[in-house]
Amino acid sequence: MTPFEYIRAGSCDEALAAAGAPGSAFIAGGTNLLDLMKHEVMTPARLVDISRLDLAGIAPTDAGTGAGTGAGTGAGLRIGALVPNSELAADPLVRRRWPLLSRALLAGASGQLRNKATTGGNLLQRTRCYYFYDTAMPCNKRQPGSGCAAREGFNRIHAILGASDACIATHPSDMAVALRALSAEVELLAPGGGRRQVPLAGFYRLPGETPQIETVLEPGEMIAAVLLPPPEGDRQIYRKVRDRASYAFALVSVAACLRMEAGRIAAAALAFGGLAPMPWRSAKVEAALIGEAPSPALFDHAADLLLAEARGQGHNDFKIPLARRTLAAVLAEACSEEMPA
Amino acid sequence: MTRHLKLDGPDTSRRLDGMAQGVLGRGEPRPEGALKVTGRALYTGDRQPAGAAHGALVRATITRGRVTALNAAPVLAMPGVLAVIDDPRLVRHSGPGGQPNPPEADARSVVYHGQPVALVVAETPEQARHAARALRPDYAPEDAVTDPEDPRAPVDLPEKKQASTGDLDSAIETADVVIDRSYRTASMSAAAMEPHATLAEWEGDRLTLHGTLQMLAVARAQLAAALQIGEDRIRILAPHVGGGFGSKLGITPETVAAAIAARQIGRPVYVVCARPEALEMVSRRSETLQRIRLAADESGRLTGIGHESLVSNLPGQSFSEPVQQATHFTYEAAHRRIVHRVARVHRMMAGPVRAPGEAVGATVFECAMDELADRLGLCPVALRLRNIPKAEPVSGRPYSSNMLAACLTEGARRFGWDERHAAPRARREGEWWIGMGMASAVRVNLVMEAKARVTLHPEATALVETDMTDIGTGSYAVLTQIAAELLGLPMQAVATVLGDTELPKSSGSGGSFGAASTGTAVYLACMELRSRLAEAMGCPEPDLTLKDGHAIHANTRRPIGELMGRALMQAEGHVTPGDATGKVRQATWGAHFAEVAVNAATGETRLRRMQGTFAAGRILNAQTARSQLLGGMIWGIGMALTEELVHDARDGHVVNRDLAEYHLPVNADVPALEVHLLEETDDWATPMQAKGIGELGICGAGAAILNAIHNACGVRVRSFPATLDKVLAGLEQAEAEAAG
Repeated sequence: MTPFEYIRAGSCDEALAAAGAPGSAFIAGGTNLLDLMKHEVMTPARLVDISRLDLAGIAPTDAGTGAGTGAGTGAGLRIGALVPNSELAADPLVRRRWPLLSRALLAGASGQLRNKATTGGNLLQRTRCYYFYDTAMPCNKRQPGSGCAAREGFNRIHAILGASDACIATHPSDMAVALRALSAEVELLAPGGGRRQVPLAGFYRLPGETPQIETVLEPGEMIAAVLLPPPEGDRQIYRKVRDRASYAFALVSVAACLRMEAGRIAAAALAFGGLAPMPWRSAKVEAALIGEAPSPALFDHAADLLLAEARGQGHNDFKIPLARRTLAAVLAEACSEEMPA
Repeated sequence: MTRHLKLDGPDTSRRLDGMAQGVLGRGEPRPEGALKVTGRALYTGDRQPAGAAHGALVRATITRGRVTALNAAPVLAMPGVLAVIDDPRLVRHSGPGGQPNPPEADARSVVYHGQPVALVVAETPEQARHAARALRPDYAPEDAVTDPEDPRAPVDLPEKKQASTGDLDSAIETADVVIDRSYRTASMSAAAMEPHATLAEWEGDRLTLHGTLQMLAVARAQLAAALQIGEDRIRILAPHVGGGFGSKLGITPETVAAAIAARQIGRPVYVVCARPEALEMVSRRSETLQRIRLAADESGRLTGIGHESLVSNLPGQSFSEPVQQATHFTYEAAHRRIVHRVARVHRMMAGPVRAPGEAVGATVFECAMDELADRLGLCPVALRLRNIPKAEPVSGRPYSSNMLAACLTEGARRFGWDERHAAPRARREGEWWIGMGMASAVRVNLVMEAKARVTLHPEATALVETDMTDIGTGSYAVLTQIAAELLGLPMQAVATVLGDTELPKSSGSGGSFGAASTGTAVYLACMELRSRLAEAMGCPEPDLTLKDGHAIHANTRRPIGELMGRALMQAEGHVTPGDATGKVRQATWGAHFAEVAVNAATGETRLRRMQGTFAAGRILNAQTARSQLLGGMIWGIGMALTEELVHDARDGHVVNRDLAEYHLPVNADVPALEVHLLEETDDWATPMQAKGIGELGICGAGAAILNAIHNACGVRVRSFPATLDKVLAGLEQAEAEAAG
């Protein structure tokens, strides 16, 4: 670990001012950042501790003033950036109206980590690529221009969609996959008092030639909250497929939020984890499902659309059939008559 | 006075049956348990003495070659850095398990990626690690083969590990049914909870070292040889060790480095390995490639057994995973061939890891037996029962005891094996295929030389002293119980001091031999004390009853302090292995039964229940014995489903170097496990009839799970671990075949 300066921020303004200096990083739960610092994968010169700021509330919003993209009626939700994962997963309103989010959170990490990890921090987790974590290996994300050790290396957990020659890492968050399916937006605070709202769809960046830049966050910008519109569907599933029953990152995960009307799919929002450098969502897949009656052939067609551009790296080739089968299983469950609304 | 016993034959006196205290065998809690759960048991890394400096190993970023320049100057200028140790005595890898010869020195010569090449010492651990990472030696790299199946890899065939009887080829030609299959098991890590650590401190020319070690006398011999000093100048302490599983049998690179550094800078030096170091620098279980050939008649009687293996290790290492250790004596067959090949590759050293040999060898063999049962249309339990030999094949030696049939039969009954559907894909619950599998468990039984000293105090307390270690196994509990039982004292009246090379030399912990070997030394010391008490009581020793601090004979009951004349009594026990091992085949036995669910969509496997039935001699502590077996079975779950130390094909380095990606089974992977212990009296197994138990639980366990996967969904996975991608490939293939 390299020496760093530590500043405990007393207010958002203080935090934003302190984080303006180059080499600064915010810290809240620290469940990922501290590990990365110990391994010297990240070596911030200054840590700005925001964990005591007043950003830990969960509050209903009016449909008009929240994220506001939802098709349904009723209120949305504003989730403060510092709400711990465990608290968010247990929130009665979340459990009732956005159970997908609660399930995704509980599918991730462990009880201890969820107690400490925050909503904002969860969105900003770094990849679990082995080579990113090993400073003896080249990695364009850790050290731009050094090369990608994963492409020709062991890439079982790597991306089949959205990757580039520079980087094939996946995003590890379960929560973000659920939020993507729920059409969440992220509220950002900028140094100097600016405030903007970015849909999660536009929050993450694909690696391209600059895999070290993972989001649209500007230097010094801070996540203040996550905003949820009313859910588009009452049938919500988070299915995570992984190498052990708990405490492992997703090989493939599917977040589904559906509504059925008269035996047909009336609304479908689907997001995928473990496949790409960001939570993945495909408008084509959803468009193909909406208005149709569920059938294995339909699900297969949806998988074709999802995976049309998918490319295995060798060890992760299995993710292509796995994603297809997991999607079919999730859709079958979501569309089934037994699915409790 | 020392009472010595060489184990040349059976001891049928069964003296423990005649004792009166009633503590041995019971599930007594560990005497040091409260210290451990309250954090007061000081493990090596907990000691943190004032004034200690901290070391971090610099590790090679090439696979093979030489360090041509260390480039220490810029690092020496970094904050807090005290020294860069580049001593020719620094070692490249761990010491061999159980042997006094030291690990290879000259760390400037690199033989695997991640090998230590130097040590940076600094005021704080953070400074040391940062500086070690910053140090960039120059290397002259050489070509290196890292894959054991690479045709360029040199291959040894150690003479003693090859065996052939009869004519296997013609047995196969004439057999009704033949199985010929190859299987792979992955490189695996011991992954002990406590990473390797050393605290070294010199006073003049004497070294005191706290370490994470299983066998202290061996470690001292290796360290003395590595440092080129006399053993009498070294004291090693290891009162608490947080798991070893073979990875702490010998000294590790940081042991030598800390000792040299402490001498050089004149301060105590700490080197605590980080998790990646414990995973990529210490030792591993070799991956294996195993070809099993089975020839059988239509009734399921085996006529031929072929077991060929390819394992790997660094050039020059004498250890090779003894894959076929149990193949020699588990099943009958007239024609047998064993071929054992060792590929010399530049991967981290391979060493003994929990149940070296049977853990992977018996497990794979039991998978092949399942394939044979399937082909024959025979119940897998019946197939095994049909092939249990009456005496050890080839040698003709009798078994000291063979409980395999009893374990199979009783295990099957308790598990409800008769509810299994013989055909795969017969039971479905929602998305899940349900199936059952089983496997035999077998593990050689070992005894090692051991000494212990027992001191009896007139106030009816006793002190047991030996350099034995407790690596989480329950040594403190078991040795205390043995002394308490034989001396007629409550547990609380016996103190046991372990983990110090100043004490009598024990077996150490390894190979499941600790409790029986060192326990026998304690037994012998106590028997000597009993004889002296009997003499004072005026009766033959066998007629003496000791209970609650009193000696009882006929109508006389006297406090032992009175018999002792108020003076303390001391005796040493000393056991050495003798001819018994040559006269009989000794082993421990068991049977595993597993029920799994396999997801038809994703290929995920979930173990639903698992049961092990075992016979391992006299059980010294019902609770710690059960824990050992549970632990072994959980290791089997890991081997079957999740654990694989992945080597990068380009340079052999360990890719998954943390516990997030080296997947040990977590609680959610481990359902309720059942352990049943059958009563076994094996008079050849020390006068206590105690046998090894720490490794038996893993042997065969993984096969029960893979066999259950086949029974559930029809997919044979022949490459451990059976991760979902491998099951999925089988499901997809079956679906494609079904679709024509």
